[in-house]
Amino acid sequence: MSEKLTGAQIMCEALIREGVEVMFGIPGGTIMPFYYAMYDYQDQLRHILCRHEQGAGHAADGYARASGKVGVCIGTSGPGSTNLVTAIANAYMDSTPIVAVTGQVATSLIGRDAFQETDVTGITMPITKHNYLVKDIEELPRVFKEAFYIASTGRTGPVLIDIAKDVQQSSTVPNWNVELNLPGYHPDRTFDHEEIRDAIALLTEAKKPLMIIGNGVLMSGATEEVRQFAEHMGVPVVTTLHGIGGFPEDHPLSLGMPGMHGWVHVNRAIQECDVLFNVGSRFDDRVTGKMSTFAPNARIIHVDIDESEIGKNIRTDIGIVGDARAVLQEMLKEMPQRDTHEWVEYIRQMQEKHQPKQHYMQRPPEASLMPYDVFTTLSRIINERGNYRVVADVGQHQMWTAQLIDWHKPRTHFSSGGLGTMGFGLPTGMGVAVAKPNDTVWVIAGDGGFQMTNQELQTIVQEGIKNIKVAIINNGYLGMVRQWQELFENKRYSGTPLSCPDFPRLAEAYGIRGLAVDQASAVEDAINSAYEHDGPMVIDFRVEREVNVFPMVPQGKSIGEMIVGAPNPVPEVPRTVEETPMPIETPLVVKG
Amino acid sequence: MKRHTIIALMQDQPGVLNRAVSLFRRRGYNIASLAVGHTEIPNISRMTVVVESDEVEQVVKQLDRLIEVVNVTDVTYESTVDREMTLLKVGALNGNRAEIVALCEVFNAKVVDVSQESMIIEMTGSPAKVENFIEVMEPFGINEMMRTGIIAMVRGAKTSHTHKTYSVEGNGRVSTEALK
Ligand SMILES: Cc1ncc(C[n+]2csc(CCOP(=O)(O)OP(=O)(O)O)c2C)c(N)n1
Ligand SMILES: [Mg+2]
Repeated sequence: MSEKLTGAQIMCEALIREGVEVMFGIPGGTIMPFYYAMYDYQDQLRHILCRHEQGAGHAADGYARASGKVGVCIGTSGPGSTNLVTAIANAYMDSTPIVAVTGQVATSLIGRDAFQETDVTGITMPITKHNYLVKDIEELPRVFKEAFYIASTGRTGPVLIDIAKDVQQSSTVPNWNVELNLPGYHPDRTFDHEEIRDAIALLTEAKKPLMIIGNGVLMSGATEEVRQFAEHMGVPVVTTLHGIGGFPEDHPLSLGMPGMHGWVHVNRAIQECDVLFNVGSRFDDRVTGKMSTFAPNARIIHVDIDESEIGKNIRTDIGIVGDARAVLQEMLKEMPQRDTHEWVEYIRQMQEKHQPKQHYMQRPPEASLMPYDVFTTLSRIINERGNYRVVADVGQHQMWTAQLIDWHKPRTHFSSGGLGTMGFGLPTGMGVAVAKPNDTVWVIAGDGGFQMTNQELQTIVQEGIKNIKVAIINNGYLGMVRQWQELFENKRYSGTPLSCPDFPRLAEAYGIRGLAVDQASAVEDAINSAYEHDGPMVIDFRVEREVNVFPMVPQGKSIGEMIVGAPNPVPEVPRTVEETPMPIETPLVVKG
Repeated sequence: MKRHTIIALMQDQPGVLNRAVSLFRRRGYNIASLAVGHTEIPNISRMTVVVESDEVEQVVKQLDRLIEVVNVTDVTYESTVDREMTLLKVGALNGNRAEIVALCEVFNAKVVDVSQESMIIEMTGSPAKVENFIEVMEPFGINEMMRTGIIAMVRGAKTSHTHKTYSVEGNGRVSTEALK
């Protein structure tokens, strides 16, 4: 092909070459040439017009998480690009592969405080894996190739490409035979066999081994290897917020979630284990609590694709840099079979004693709808019906989503774990719905977070997206903050009581079916009606207002010190757990 | 606080330095000195940064993670040749010129500019020696001074990028290969 193309056409061609099918964005002055060119590529490149660039960014994020492909979002210079910032930061924290394409003022105007000029490469430097400012049309093919390669390999993440308007307008014969110029980038690093052997030796001698899995397992598609490994060595498995779905929760070795709102028996198991085998989780402080007291008895093995994660938060005995799946496959070859049933039984006894969900079953006599009613019913119905994806927003409902729904499959649960971005839910759900048109996508949002990005309901309508259902857990508060105020600030509800529009009527204004539920007995029918309705739906669950998420590790405390369920109203001093460690000291039987 | 000397090789393109030093800024570490320049490899520049901090391991790893950074080493505990250059403009009247020149000779410093009331002296040496020289010059009145910051190189045949080889392709691109 020796035809001349405009920069904008080259951008379209490059995206198609990278396998892009869908993009989420909003046009504006400096990105108009790209939109002009895009018009001719409509059959290959579907553009979804969002209502806010943050929505476009999260949608690209959701699309990427659900599909495993790179998500693409677009914004114009200045406010378009700054509106993308939150979504980019969110993708960075959760390692989602997205490429953000932004227009920039013409090269002759850069640096002159031109209209809608923002130094977006400067702004996004610390929140992207890499970014580019393109001032020369000849660079476009290479930059796009590199951007997608960087976003989708190694520890995946967001890449931003900022393209000056005149670059989009000028033309050249593109040279697609470009090579990547990335001498400092080695995503395909291989681990040393020595480390694998050391890890196996440590795990073979462990009396109380524990495996903790995170996003890395899902990103590398290692769920099957995790199951094989766990069964082979009989090691119980802990799934972090982002590890949810990486190991089926009905498996006899599945323990559940650790951390600030993890279960007591899980945190106790971490505090007592003698070898902690971390695969693809980054020891976030929401998992570790006070770092110096985390897993005090354990030797720690950490498998991570990003070398800089190893030893970052928690002292590590053996660090293995590599892809979770490849490492587990390698380890499986030599790992002897183990029997650790005594240890597993001991943890199960603790679980029995603390009855993880018991707190939620206590209800004030006058309560007509508890969050628990919604979550358990939803869990049952979605699991019965199958083909579901669930996106949580941020707050109490996010933790209930993780705690109270039974998770079985990878890439079914999506949460803003790293940045904790309120407003994440709906737009991310939209991206998931576009990526998985045959699945039912449930967005679970708080009344606060939903009001941050609900404008995307109109995007859903315009695009004819039908497979998205929104469940608002409406408690009339910025609930998670209110909970902290209740527990640690003497119920000074400063800035947390929240008024809401009539959500069903708001939905109706968008042309979306809306429904309000305030009785436990109506939950099941409401959820089923969402399935029967062939289109998006918003259900406003008006729940008891002051319900708390328990157990809870207070900020900065050791995960060994949990506040467990306190009936409403909370007693003066919340009950905390103290345990005597597992008595068995006899070595466990090692088979094979 | 401990002083760390870190050497990084990176692609010579806009924005690289900003990315690299941002990692120190983010943590609130003060950069004591920073020197950047070309190397024996085309399109690869070298940064020597001296920071005051007890904890640099994580920054070093995160530097290495930057796409454009090809290699990073913390040479604090290695035996290195450290050099720094300084230019000093000192007040030099007829009465004290001879004395200044004599001191310059002791320190192997060069007088590079002389005027009626002042002279510019160029001095290169280890950071300690430079420090020492500045002290000695102080009584004459230092009117202006600039230090380049330290550049460092590991002693012996070992290079600070021994485990990688570099080749420059026809298009000016650099490729690296692990030797292992
Ligand atoms: C953009 C943003 N602003 C503020 C916060 C702090 N924050 C965390 S949870 C929360 C409350 C969320 O309230 P709501 O959406 O109603 O959910 P609930 O906790 O009541 O379930 C707030 C304000 C945040 N995480 N994100
Ligand atoms: Mg709320």
